[in-house]
Amino acid sequence: MMPYFKFDYFGADTGLVFAFIIGIGFGFFLERAGFGTAKKLAAQFYFKDLTVFKVMFTAIVTAMLGVYFLSVFGLMDITMVNVIDTYIVPQIVGGLLLGVGFVIGGYCPGTSVVACATGKIDGVFFIGGVFLGTFIYGEVYPLIQGFANSTPMGKVLMPTYFNIPYGILVFAVVLMALGGFAAAEWAEKKFGYKKPEVAHED
Amino acid sequence: MSKHLVTNNPKPYMNPYIAGIGLGLVLLLSYVIMGRGLGASGAISTVVAVGVNTVAPSHASGNTFYSEYLGDGTTNPLKDWLVFEVMGVLVGGFISGMFAGRVNKSIEKGPLFSNRKRLYFAVFGGALMGFGAKLARGCTSGQALTGGSILNLGSWAFMMCVFAGAYMFAYFVRRQWL
Repeated sequence: MMPYFKFDYFGADTGLVFAFIIGIGFGFFLERAGFGTAKKLAAQFYFKDLTVFKVMFTAIVTAMLGVYFLSVFGLMDITMVNVIDTYIVPQIVGGLLLGVGFVIGGYCPGTSVVACATGKIDGVFFIGGVFLGTFIYGEVYPLIQGFANSTPMGKVLMPTYFNIPYGILVFAVVLMALGGFAAAEWAEKKFGYKKPEVAHED
Repeated sequence: MSKHLVTNNPKPYMNPYIAGIGLGLVLLLSYVIMGRGLGASGAISTVVAVGVNTVAPSHASGNTFYSEYLGDGTTNPLKDWLVFEVMGVLVGGFISGMFAGRVNKSIEKGPLFSNRKRLYFAVFGGALMGFGAKLARGCTSGQALTGGSILNLGSWAFMMCVFAGAYMFAYFVRRQWL
């Protein structure tokens, strides 16, 4: 039964080996997509190049469908999957800060690791900034922990919260993503670089 | 200004939908094997907590934010799933860049922006992200991608706010990129 780790197929130390291997796959596809360069990532926010949106939502849809069908066919116990608790207001504020930081800094934490791996100096400075921001958060945490832990909602998934069957919501997200991809292709034609800097291989 | 270590002709990027499927399958594999998704900022938090604990142990243990990442002291806090995963990201990114001829020393920015200003912006943006990711309990990897695919309510609210924040602020830093 999946997830294997939760059903004690192996221990935590073996899990670390899987962590490293899964990380290699993660880093590989981030770099393949072009996420090792801030110029390509930031172009998303000027409608020049919507690769960030396309890759992210294709990945979300792929994993969402995989988890959904594995659980429908009884191969995976979805209740054993880790879910991060929702603290809605701090998450909204944190999300906005992250968005502003994204367009100023040019990366997010994961993509900056890939930028470092491929020699991007700005990626190295960005990671330095992430360390700094985390340290500042740690130092001021005693002052802001009231806000940081406000509006707790526990582990809440959207099918439960909106009272919509899991399968219907999965289907709706797929439709939304397909609509989004069509809009992204249209926007790139309208606002994108006239001559693509780098052609895509198909 | 960019010095290629491998070849002067970097290969084109992968089709975004194919790369997305690849990324999604890696995430799915993580669910199947481990019952958890991907992450990035959590590993940095662990390293920061360990660093603070090394310099000022009593200061770290008196702070619930740091002590959460330090554990109960029975195991080394760096023996952490996300720390190992991020080391993999470093290796995977390098392998992909190496084979595509994209490993080069450069500073990524628009043509009208100075290198020095770009690096200030990188540090400042990174700091905002580091801080924001702690408030949000995850970043683009741990929240948007991972939580998004299991339809976590907070992750979707977070993801929309990331895009909203970036689009709202993009105008003010356009000279850095365009």
